[in-house]
Amino acid sequence: MSDLTPAELDKVRSILKREPNETEVGIFTVMWSEHCSYKSSRIHLKKLPTQGKSVLQGPGENAGIIDIGDGWAIAFKIESHNHPSFIEPFQGAATGVGGILRDIFTMGARPIAVMDALRFGPLDDPVHGARNRRILDGVVSGISHYGNCFGVPTVGGECVFEPSYNGNPLVNVFALGVFRHNEIFYGRASGIGNPVIYVGAKTGRDGIHGASMASAEFTEESKQKRPNVQVGDPFMEKLLLEACLEAMKTGAIVGIQDMGAAGLTCSTCEMGSRAETGVEIDLALVPQRETGMRPYEIMLSESQERMLIVADKGREDEVFAVFRKWGLDAVTIGRVTDDGMLRVKDHGVVVAEIPNRELADEAPLYDRPYHAAPYRPAPMEAPEFVSGDLSGDLLKLVGSADLCSKQWIWQQYDYTVRTNTLAGPGGDAAIVRIKETGTSVAMSLDGNARYCALSPREGARLVVAECCRNLSTVGALPVAATNNLNFGNPERPEIMAQLVEAIDGMSEACRHFETPITGGNVSLYNETLGEAIWPTPVIGIVGLMKTAMPVTIPFKEEARTVILLGGLGSPDVTRFGGTQYAKVVLNKMWGLPPALDMDYEKQVQKAIREIVSEGFAESAHDLSDGGLAVALAECSYNGIGAAIDLSTDLKPELALFHEGPSRVLVSTAAPEEVERIARAHGVESLRIGVTMKERLRICNESVTWIDCATRSLRQVWETALESPVHA
Amino acid sequence: MRFGVVVFPGSNCDHDAWYAVTHNLGQQAEFIWHDSSSLGQVDAVILPGGFSYGDYLRCGAIAKFSPVMNAVRKFATDGGLVLGVCNGFQILVESGLLPGALLRNRDLKFVCREVTVRIETTNTPFTASATRGQLLKIPVAHGDGCYFADERTLDALEKEDRVVARYLDNPNGSLRDIAGICNERRNVMGMMPHPERAADVLMGSTDGRVILESMVHSLVAAAA
Repeated sequence: MSDLTPAELDKVRSILKREPNETEVGIFTVMWSEHCSYKSSRIHLKKLPTQGKSVLQGPGENAGIIDIGDGWAIAFKIESHNHPSFIEPFQGAATGVGGILRDIFTMGARPIAVMDALRFGPLDDPVHGARNRRILDGVVSGISHYGNCFGVPTVGGECVFEPSYNGNPLVNVFALGVFRHNEIFYGRASGIGNPVIYVGAKTGRDGIHGASMASAEFTEESKQKRPNVQVGDPFMEKLLLEACLEAMKTGAIVGIQDMGAAGLTCSTCEMGSRAETGVEIDLALVPQRETGMRPYEIMLSESQERMLIVADKGREDEVFAVFRKWGLDAVTIGRVTDDGMLRVKDHGVVVAEIPNRELADEAPLYDRPYHAAPYRPAPMEAPEFVSGDLSGDLLKLVGSADLCSKQWIWQQYDYTVRTNTLAGPGGDAAIVRIKETGTSVAMSLDGNARYCALSPREGARLVVAECCRNLSTVGALPVAATNNLNFGNPERPEIMAQLVEAIDGMSEACRHFETPITGGNVSLYNETLGEAIWPTPVIGIVGLMKTAMPVTIPFKEEARTVILLGGLGSPDVTRFGGTQYAKVVLNKMWGLPPALDMDYEKQVQKAIREIVSEGFAESAHDLSDGGLAVALAECSYNGIGAAIDLSTDLKPELALFHEGPSRVLVSTAAPEEVERIARAHGVESLRIGVTMKERLRICNESVTWIDCATRSLRQVWETALESPVHA
Repeated sequence: MRFGVVVFPGSNCDHDAWYAVTHNLGQQAEFIWHDSSSLGQVDAVILPGGFSYGDYLRCGAIAKFSPVMNAVRKFATDGGLVLGVCNGFQILVESGLLPGALLRNRDLKFVCREVTVRIETTNTPFTASATRGQLLKIPVAHGDGCYFADERTLDALEKEDRVVARYLDNPNGSLRDIAGICNERRNVMGMMPHPERAADVLMGSTDGRVILESMVHSLVAAAA
């Protein structure tokens, strides 16, 4: 099986200066797959900002690393497992978690948090509803199974439903780990003559060509690819984690890398390429759980929970002793050489011989043609609309798939293990403390394909702004980011245009908000039967703050002043077509995403960070999907609502539900202080009302727009997801 | 006082228990590897939560064969305090140190959330510092926490005042809302909720401390 194009095969011939054999073709096929080589996106990814004052390690390693002070650092990254999760939801999602966790602890960091960005087709879809429910259930169970057993808290994430994911769900998993600066390890095969050691689970036939599968569209035959999906064992991974971290402490480890996509192939050639060395291994020495495996199969297997270690020659026994203690295989399978070649032997006979650098880093790069205008699934003009019942609209929105409580999902995740979770799922951002220092790490994942479908560039900018706003709203300073770019087939110019525009928008925003991208993942070919998903760039941003009791979303006390930081905004109807109101109430989509003024956004974020960290906010919640009215409802779910008067000339639908960014709701006992800080940052602060028991009432002077019992809002919000799941 | 926290392959609340004892209570704690046949010089033992041996076969079913469990059994027979939390409770039940069984949750899903439990008896070293009827907000996080025993055992547990805590909002279908029980001699307790996760004010509740503090007070009183 070869997915190499004739031109790529020619390039292989010129590198080898001969015809490749079957094993070598297999090795090139996976290493040069879209999934491993980023061949369609790499030239555009170069535009992303990657440097910043706290960045210790940017893209190119297993994960990015950020300094958090006091001699400590965090490693974090996001990765997709979209294709496997469609074919086999439980194992696909589980091994997605397993893979990203290994990326973190292979660097020496102990994973302390996981988040997931999930996308599914609607649960009530007339045609695909049953399948979508099964995929949701399988994915959530898979994440729960793996993360819980491994012992890492799943502290947040997001889950969105759109018909564009009917044939192609998205499972993007983010993981973050912590370590000291002097505990960082890299995937480098340094030191000529050093032993190459295989540790962890045995190699089987599972997952062969997983990376190539993840680089192709789905067709009717895709279901036959179930054997390409790996099977995860979180218990094995937990042992591997503890053994690796313990072995690293011996000082005998020179380099280490997990075997993820493209398994043994990728780990050997990448470690050699980074160190500019050669790696020679004998497959007969590789622990195997099946008999009669061919070299091709061993090299391409994506069996889970395996690592490759290069140790100091003569100190192997120190490494072996640790792995023996944890009951794991650890076997020397080869050594580091000085000739830059990946030399694979089978019982001493050479079966593949390829230069590491060319294999790992010289995959063909494609500047794929793209149209000036990306594909748009919606018209520009707005329809006419007038609401007959604004309270009813609000109830509809809080009970809609995207805005309802995701408790049914996150209660299946252990989010408090390790006793660091100061703010878990359901908040604007999750907060995890670092016990050894006075610092906490806030983190958030965001994506909005509706905005990005209307304008990939503006949408990507909004996504970054929103993610930073989430962090700022809990009082954290955003410092660095990781991205997961989920798109359709890049060989189609209208899809390639979406990718290019989104990367440009993300670059602009990440530069502006000073959140360099330290690593990430590109997932292309998210298409089934020629139908591409909407462009879905997902961003994960981490922020730093002093460890303290978190400020959360719900209003806490009656008779507190409610302040809308950033003001009512100036919505226009063209930029209303990507809102949740347009989706849920009007069942339409048009125009452009909300307008973003990045300078103003930055000022608002500075102001809210100061307000929260100075302790003036009793509650804080940023405005996003659903706009002001939905944000107010979300602040009211604990039984304290508010009496709000907007005093505006805006049309009620727009005033209540437009999704203009750069806005945060605060309830406070010290409104003058909040206003003083807002003023100092040049940010508008509107006193819009006062908190009160049990009702949310929103008026415009003498006219009541919305009047709901907080209990009814909560009831609808809390049960909306569970009902269709159990249908 | 010195606590021993047993580490099985797959334990993942071992560090949390250690942290609660050392940092939140200011006591001493050490880890005891499952392969060890002795507990060393400890005053009390905690079997922590997690997925010992991957929960393969049945939760706790393999851990009971660990060498350390012989030492734990002997320690318990000699009257030492043994607290099993979550997977630790499952191990105690599998080992026969406590009666009954822990089945898959009622709705077949893992459940992680804060629950409210009521202290049913203060006549144990694990609850001596609490008051009867005291309500504790403590997180649960388990897939197999549905306490099950035959009617006669349940009646006996109640008659002998061995139901230590009950759920007010039963998250897993446990019979008679049982969240924790002790043995006849009252020195071995198992509970599904995690007191070590509710021992630090930053975690949102310190209600779990009373369990650990009771152990310390009981040990101090016994030593005096």
